[in-house]
Amino acid sequence: MSGRNGFWALLFHTVFVIFVLAPIVVVCVVAFTPEGYLSLPVNGPSLRWFEALLNNRDFVSSFQASLLLGTISATLAALIAVPTAIAIVRHEFPGRTALLSLCMSPLMVPSIVLGVAFLRFLSQIGLGGTMVGLVISHVIIITPFVLRTIMNSLGSLDSALDNAAASLGSDGMTTFRRITLPLIAPGILSGWVLAFINSFDEVTMTIFIASPGLTTLPVRLMLYIEDSIDPLVAAVSTVLIVLAVLAMVILDRLFGLDRMLIGTNDADKDK
Amino acid sequence: MSPVTKADNTPSASFLAIDGLTKTYNKVTVVDRFALEVEEGEFVSLLGPSGCGKTTTLQMLGGFVDPSAGSIRLEGRDLIAAPPSKRGLGMVFQSYALFPHMTAAQNIAYGLEVRKVPRAERDERVRQALDLVGLGAYGDRYPRRMSGGQQQRVALARALVIRPRVLLLDEPLSNLDANLREEMQIELRRIQQTTGTTTILVTHDQTEAMALSDRIVLMRAGRIEQIGGPEAVYARPANSFVARFLGKTNLFPGTVGADGRSISIGSHVFAAPAAATPGATIVAVRPEKLGFGEGGIRGVVRNRVFQGTQWLVELDTEHGPAIVQRQNLGAVPPAIGEATGLVFEPDAVHLMAPEADK
Amino acid sequence: MRAISRPLPFLLSIPAALIFVIFLLLPLLGTLILSLQDFSLATGIRPVYELANYVEIFSDSYFFDIFARTARIAVFTTLVTIVIGAPEALILMRMKAPWRGIFLLVALGPLLISVVSRSLGWALLLGGNGMINQALMSMGLIERPIQMMYTEFGVVIAMSHVLMPFMIIAVMTTLQRLNPQVENASHSLGAGSFTTFWRVILPQMLPGIMTGAILVFAMAASAFATPQIIGGRRLKVIATLVYDEFLFSLNWPLGAALAMLLFAVVIVVAIGLNRVAEGYFARMYK
Ligand SMILES: Nc1ncnc2c1ncn2[C@@H]1O[C@H](COP(=O)(O)OP(=O)(O)OP(=O)(O)O)[C@@H](O)[C@H]1O
Ligand SMILES: [Mg+2]
Repeated sequence: MSGRNGFWALLFHTVFVIFVLAPIVVVCVVAFTPEGYLSLPVNGPSLRWFEALLNNRDFVSSFQASLLLGTISATLAALIAVPTAIAIVRHEFPGRTALLSLCMSPLMVPSIVLGVAFLRFLSQIGLGGTMVGLVISHVIIITPFVLRTIMNSLGSLDSALDNAAASLGSDGMTTFRRITLPLIAPGILSGWVLAFINSFDEVTMTIFIASPGLTTLPVRLMLYIEDSIDPLVAAVSTVLIVLAVLAMVILDRLFGLDRMLIGTNDADKDK
Repeated sequence: MSPVTKADNTPSASFLAIDGLTKTYNKVTVVDRFALEVEEGEFVSLLGPSGCGKTTTLQMLGGFVDPSAGSIRLEGRDLIAAPPSKRGLGMVFQSYALFPHMTAAQNIAYGLEVRKVPRAERDERVRQALDLVGLGAYGDRYPRRMSGGQQQRVALARALVIRPRVLLLDEPLSNLDANLREEMQIELRRIQQTTGTTTILVTHDQTEAMALSDRIVLMRAGRIEQIGGPEAVYARPANSFVARFLGKTNLFPGTVGADGRSISIGSHVFAAPAAATPGATIVAVRPEKLGFGEGGIRGVVRNRVFQGTQWLVELDTEHGPAIVQRQNLGAVPPAIGEATGLVFEPDAVHLMAPEADK
Repeated sequence: MRAISRPLPFLLSIPAALIFVIFLLLPLLGTLILSLQDFSLATGIRPVYELANYVEIFSDSYFFDIFARTARIAVFTTLVTIVIGAPEALILMRMKAPWRGIFLLVALGPLLISVVSRSLGWALLLGGNGMINQALMSMGLIERPIQMMYTEFGVVIAMSHVLMPFMIIAVMTTLQRLNPQVENASHSLGAGSFTTFWRVILPQMLPGIMTGAILVFAMAASAFATPQIIGGRRLKVIATLVYDEFLFSLNWPLGAALAMLLFAVVIVVAIGLNRVAEGYFARMYK
């Protein structure tokens, strides 16, 4: 697109930016209120609610559970996705498309349906309300994200690289370890971060399978909000927002957020 | 018609013997009974139009495509059973396929590392290889930061450093601009002669094939049309396809007289260069062998292009279009619209059987 | 494609295939079966196989109202994301070097922020004494707060915000493939900006808008967190109803039947729209 943005376009854009940022900024600002109720910190910012958050055992333990769950799930998802991506991108075999559809299908199933399905299934196999159960369900819903970034990485590799390595006497395993793996590492890492974020933020499915003793941070937040909205939830949300911004920066550095989400052609981003 | 197809399967004494090599994709045969014997140290080019099966042939040699039939023997050893990594062939890919996360030196060292060549020897051989391709100072550069010609040299050094029995090159120069390509052709020939490595080059550029090779294998639609030295295939193409593919040529329908000693193109009759089979024939004359003069074939100049060192003149003759190439020695050829005669020495012609013309 | 060792791709596929069959297909199948079973507080879940739950859903106007509301919210959310997202995608596309990257982060970054946090932000803005009402009252534009929480309007606004990035991504992906010269060509032929937009750019954006619309509709129809926070108990949609059936009424079979119906509607609408779009665009681009 070579056209320029005129006055009305820029006005529209400004309103859009306000629309996007307003709810996020409001949460972050309210979190710093010194008052005991929802209000803007007109009398100067205070860390009162962040302190309250640190002293809230429920939120702290949920935060830890979320971190652990995200880390384990994203790692397992990456371990599953790497061989799968190689099979799908590099090989032609019966059932290839079926496998791809199967692994991508969690994106098509509404989370609410998955929540219902896992609630029943996990309790039937005796894993209801356990970390293992949470990990299983999260691995299922985040694997598509890792799989897609790894497939993109693999797809953008020159397939002649493998042949070149083979012609130089390198066996399959050595080629994978020394050529393929280092070259798709950024893809694996961004996939991991994306998967982690998706696991960390997941609420709709998790609210069904979490138990009072083992709850993730967004679910705890959701349940808290159902009862009351006070500055404490704003403080929790602020922590989540800061985390998201961190992830954004990491992803942007690693892969280019635009390239990952939209698939900008490389010519634009050549270093 | 593939003139060199051999029926027997006896192991050959030659260095590299390819016989009956065939590849079929879903009933479509893309390489059809390819047969070739290559001597040690020879430089052979596979030449043909796009899609004629050159890459497929080379990939079968390299082990990256499974042949549907045929045999490949290197020094009497059957290659087909060996995986690519055990064939000991060096390969340069059209895209170079340099490992982007390794420096030039690391790229070159890779083949030696997987062969477990000791450190000291490895470093020495990498250094020699870099020197051989004239990149002594560039060992620490990453491919991304090298020019096309430099990347191409790294790819060549990487393939040569493992001392391959045969070097396979798939259009290695096609990504380079014209000047660099010529420079690299000379370089490639020099390096090949220095190392004495048997080389098979795939190209669709006939000047490249002629400039580099000891022998040229001309392919069309999966089949070999002709094999021979550059001068031989240029001067004596087996059919009109080969004649046209190897540069511009004029093809006139003619008749060989009953005695086999005279040839007529319409009313123009001249002596046959050698005894020929009486009957219809196709007379091929290269544009540089045609001149303007009295008699000969009558034609009218359609277009005239000045190219500095030479003139290129296109004519419409009574026997179809013709093209004449004259060195610029000061004389100006006939102008557009002018009628003239086209003359040639009787021994400048090459006769081809008409049925070979598709 | 190389055709070396044949068993390799199968070996590589085994982990994923096993995990997805056991932990995705089996649970979904289990839910389908569960939706056929019967529940009462006295007996719990009884292993019968009948369509009673579905019959109940179709014959009770209570459920119909909730399905209708869910559809309304999903449709309006889709429309809002189109009307705002599509032009914004074009504007982003036309931005130059540093700005484009910055505003792309602004537009798409919220994807990485928890839905709960984003919905909470809207609750703070839309509430009875939320920022919007306070601002309007202090400017003297209104006397009493406008009711926006617990309304379909509020849910649509918040959900449009949550799903906007998907529309922008879809449209930008399409715009990415356009030949930038086409626009110049149109101008060179004497067309003004408006004509160029209407006749040249918009038609080329349509496939992206369609993809985005399908995605947004599917997610809006099955969204849970935003309707739960903004709509509350009073304004139920299918997803929040399923949640209530499972965790409060404990009628799992009915909840499962609702979930399966929601799933079916979303899939049918998505596939149907996709067909229509493909048929239409195939003609255009063949
Ligand atoms: N994997 C494949 N499956 C089916 N057909 C193939 C495959 N690979 C190549 N072909 C076909 O085989 C024919 C020969 O291809 P090949 O790549 O060998 O041609 P080429 O001579 O190298 O051409 P070019 O000069 O364009 O590189 C082509 O018609 C091509 O379409
Ligand atoms: Mg080729």
